[in-house]
Amino acid sequence: MKQHANSWQKYKYPYLFIAPAILLLTVFSILPIIIALVISFTDMDLVGLADYSNIQGAGFTNYLGLFKDPVFIKSIVNTGIYVVIGVPLVILFAMTAALLLNYGTSWLFNTFRVVYYLPSITNIVAVAVVWGYLYNSNYGLFNYILSWFGLPAQQWLQDPMLAKLSLILMAVWKSIGLNMIIFLAALQGIPRSYYEAAEIDGATGWKKLRFITIPLLSFATFFVTITTLIGWIQFFEEPLVMTKGGPLNGTMSMALFIYNNGFKLSDFGYAASGSFVLFIIIIIATIVQFLVKRKEVEY
Amino acid sequence: MALKRLEKGLMIFLLVAFGILMMIPFIWMLGSSFKPENEFTIVPPTIIPNHPTFNNYVDLFAKMDFLVYLKNTLIIVLCSFVGLLLNALAGYAFAKFEFPGKNKFFYLILATMMIPAQVTMIPTYLIINKLGLVNTMAGMVLPGLVGAFGIFLFRQFMSTIPMDLMEAARLDGAGEMRIFFQLIVPIVKPVFAVQGILTFIGAWNSFLWPLIIANDESLYTLSVGLSLLKGQYASKFGLQMAGAAFMVVPIIIVFSFFQKHIIEGYTISGMK
Repeated sequence: MKQHANSWQKYKYPYLFIAPAILLLTVFSILPIIIALVISFTDMDLVGLADYSNIQGAGFTNYLGLFKDPVFIKSIVNTGIYVVIGVPLVILFAMTAALLLNYGTSWLFNTFRVVYYLPSITNIVAVAVVWGYLYNSNYGLFNYILSWFGLPAQQWLQDPMLAKLSLILMAVWKSIGLNMIIFLAALQGIPRSYYEAAEIDGATGWKKLRFITIPLLSFATFFVTITTLIGWIQFFEEPLVMTKGGPLNGTMSMALFIYNNGFKLSDFGYAASGSFVLFIIIIIATIVQFLVKRKEVEY
Repeated sequence: MALKRLEKGLMIFLLVAFGILMMIPFIWMLGSSFKPENEFTIVPPTIIPNHPTFNNYVDLFAKMDFLVYLKNTLIIVLCSFVGLLLNALAGYAFAKFEFPGKNKFFYLILATMMIPAQVTMIPTYLIINKLGLVNTMAGMVLPGLVGAFGIFLFRQFMSTIPMDLMEAARLDGAGEMRIFFQLIVPIVKPVFAVQGILTFIGAWNSFLWPLIIANDESLYTLSVGLSLLKGQYASKFGLQMAGAAFMVVPIIIVFSFFQKHIIEGYTISGMK
């Protein structure tokens, strides 16, 4: 007992310092994942929320039900489309922006560094409000620009396929900034001497880009790919605020499906099982990325 | 040499053209927020309004409760700074103290970074419900108060502070809290600046938890209020644009002011 008291005196401060953070993270991160796993095997809903004795075990019913649910299947397909189109675009644009910004150091470059970064710190609801107006089929700017070229007005958010592309465009615009900064940090770490040596050997701009810059960015590219991929598998806020998953579930993503079942339909058990399917997909995607990366040459 | 100048000219042209494209939504938002309602149906649309007016901004406070939303948002911002301090305290303990279970606790914190928000969203709501915190400010703030990434960053920076500094202060009889606030905080001020701005931006923009937790309009934040406006006044573009500008412009000002530190902060934390 005395020993305990002594060690408490000795370690009192570090424990006090970490206590609030540990407590909050346990209650709102660790505990929830356990609860999610448990309720994903139950029929928990509003009735169960009112009185826990009403909750019944459901075995794998929720999980089996998911794969018979046409909305869930559609949300998986949609999420796949978001990822396949969105992720390469983000990487391409973020890398291009970083290369352009790395070209000089004058005030012009510093100003545009801010310009490129701004969308990523802009509130998602404000983004949705402004883009919703840009996409408006009667008074929107995009249809007006199309009319310059004699092109017909488009139903940007009303056509199921076009609505997906509209959301992707908006999300790419929003996620260039942060990833651009990661590429920029990596670019600034490449020694100038590599380029000078290549110039002596007569390498042109394109060759320097192809054989020095892009290979040396491979770690940054890997990092951006993984984080962007995980982020886009969880594609959520854009359809939530822009289209609410419509038209005809055309923009429904897996994360929005989980949100809708949990908070709109109060089907907590079903939503929790959906969230685990999403979690497993994220884990598989991450492992695949690491396996692909291992096969590549290191610099 | 001429070729190099041409190349640089082309790069600058691309930089500016691409940048202006990126700015279109902001320009469109600001211009439209000063337009009177009847100017929205004109073809061709005007970028700069013909008859600029402040009415849309006035209506935000007259027709909607933007003052209440602003107050709630500022409360959340203040709370998030408390969270920042808790992150710093935890980071400090992990960087500069030895205690039983240190690594286990640290891995526990890092593990929370890997859990997707969608998995914890529903159970967290159930926990908040069980604690009786639905429709309260505490319920909105607590789930995101501390974060693994912040703790990790503070730990990284604080681990470079020499131990002797703290030992000397202890010999002089300074208490642990005093050492933290008067010795450690000033040393890691740059990290506090970067994390402070990012915390401010995050709290100012907070949307999902307030949306889930707040039932009363008196607890809405600016972003929840703006989404309400989007639904209620779907055809009032001027009001919507003014609401969006009211949310976005403060962030742009704060960011432009501190951008050098933030972007360098990212660069440093990316290198570490």
